[in-house]
Amino acid sequence: MSALGQVASEIENEPEPAEVDEPKGGRRYTGYVLIIPGILWLGLFFLIPFYSLVATSLYDPAGTVFSGYEVTWEWSNYTTAITENWQPLLRSFWFGGLATLFCLLLGYPLAYAIAFKAGRWKNLMLVLVIAPFFTSFLIRTISWQLILADNGFVVETLQWLHILGQDGRLLNTPIAVVTGLTYNFLPFMVLPLYASLERIDPRLIEAASDLYASPIRGFAKVTLPLSMPGVVAGTLLTFIPAAGDFINAELLGRPSDSMIGNVIQGYFGGGNNYPDAAALSLVLMALILVMVIFYVRRAGTEDLV
Amino acid sequence: MSAMGRPGRWISDHLILMIGLLVLAYTFVPIAVVVLMSFNDPAARLTYQFDGFTWSNWANPCEPEGMCAAVRVSIEIGLLATLGATILGTLMAFALVRHRFHGRATTNLVIFLPMATPEIVMGSSLLALFVGTGFSGDLGFWTILIAHIMFCLSFVVVTVKARLAGLDSRLEQAAMDLYANEWQTFWRVTFPLVFPGILGAALLAFSLSFDDFIITNLNAGNEVTFPMFVWGSAQREIPMQINVVGTAMFLISVLIVLAVSLRGRRGARAVA
Repeated sequence: MSALGQVASEIENEPEPAEVDEPKGGRRYTGYVLIIPGILWLGLFFLIPFYSLVATSLYDPAGTVFSGYEVTWEWSNYTTAITENWQPLLRSFWFGGLATLFCLLLGYPLAYAIAFKAGRWKNLMLVLVIAPFFTSFLIRTISWQLILADNGFVVETLQWLHILGQDGRLLNTPIAVVTGLTYNFLPFMVLPLYASLERIDPRLIEAASDLYASPIRGFAKVTLPLSMPGVVAGTLLTFIPAAGDFINAELLGRPSDSMIGNVIQGYFGGGNNYPDAAALSLVLMALILVMVIFYVRRAGTEDLV
Repeated sequence: MSAMGRPGRWISDHLILMIGLLVLAYTFVPIAVVVLMSFNDPAARLTYQFDGFTWSNWANPCEPEGMCAAVRVSIEIGLLATLGATILGTLMAFALVRHRFHGRATTNLVIFLPMATPEIVMGSSLLALFVGTGFSGDLGFWTILIAHIMFCLSFVVVTVKARLAGLDSRLEQAAMDLYANEWQTFWRVTFPLVFPGILGAALLAFSLSFDDFIITNLNAGNEVTFPMFVWGSAQREIPMQINVVGTAMFLISVLIVLAVSLRGRRGARAVA
């Protein structure tokens, strides 16, 4: 998972090949020999499947896996899929957005502390950031069932403080779903943030304080703007998997808290409704791409890719 | 100014570190629960709460039917996917950092996209491919492996590329100056220096593969991996032994990371 931090830094400054002299003879083709196997794999099993997904989304909805499918250019699959599922679709973006916001609020102080305050404990703290996420995603999420359970410590404390009513609960509510999403995707936020904070020259912050900026003003005018690439990368890396997730909604929420992932999973699984599932997948992907482009434009980091 | 500045400085010195440590502590709460529950002696089958202490989950980890078989499948797929993705990804990283070829921008985009695509979309498009080409009856071990190599590949490329880009090319020039040919330079100088990056990428690939549920579940057919076993049991009753596996995963990974970083530090000292 340490790669995520590097993703952030890698994406923005693409190193050019270090080679100075022109490759000669057979060496000229080495690059192609090295790159082609991997590109073929991604082409066959990442790009071409998108074509299959588009084809599937245009199948005659009367077909099943068993009777076979036919491409009948059934654009109505899209309208059906969206009109029947606009609530889970909206909810995915709402829950994913909230979780991303909370990840930013929790992750920024943590990344800041590691980058500037941890001193010689920096590497240890980085390991500790990733360590909890070595246990299985599902087992972690199940243990939130216990933490947020009705007779658990958290609920009882909140009831005692009268923040939660006497019959109030957390498990099987949207709060639990957002809590789970926030927890599970936190490192995707912390690592890119750390990567960009770590690269800030501390002399710039000193210069701000020499010029009589208060620490808060110095932070707002120097540190925060310089860490924006990390904020952008972290937000995207958190939001995208969170919006597509269905594990948290399934294990921590009610059926009425279901997200778009739950619907797609259900269509493919028991429902056998492949065309609608494919259409919904493509709608999710398109919406995410639009958001990514919009967000990257607004945030001014146009060289993300 | 200094009267205003001093409390501000104290706050930024200590408060931020405190908040950071609190957030860190919060991330360990579920882990503490997993470790605790691995010693749980459940009173009833369907309640998931701590009822009493027992060693029996650790003594009989394979008691739940099918769990150890699922762990084995996950380990096998994890190892093969790691091998495939690490080889393909390392080659790609070398090409990107060290060689010229046409289509560099497209290649970068193709490598970036899988990391920016929700798993549910990747999983469903692969399923659409397998079903559309008539392989729906063959879903199982091999289709899972194909999927895992695919989504691990980009992470390997990024990790190895970062290490390779940070490499001081003068070390290689020095080897060449000392009459090493290209082959010797690669195996004696470049490869040992890049190896920690490759190892890190392999560890990352294994943990991504071992833990994947969403893509795997869509393309698994009748094969059951460990995350799928956990998912299935979460719908019925949760055997406490999954927490034994969870605790073991946590401990083993932490040990590996510590060993690698200690070795790395010693290696760095030896080079310096």
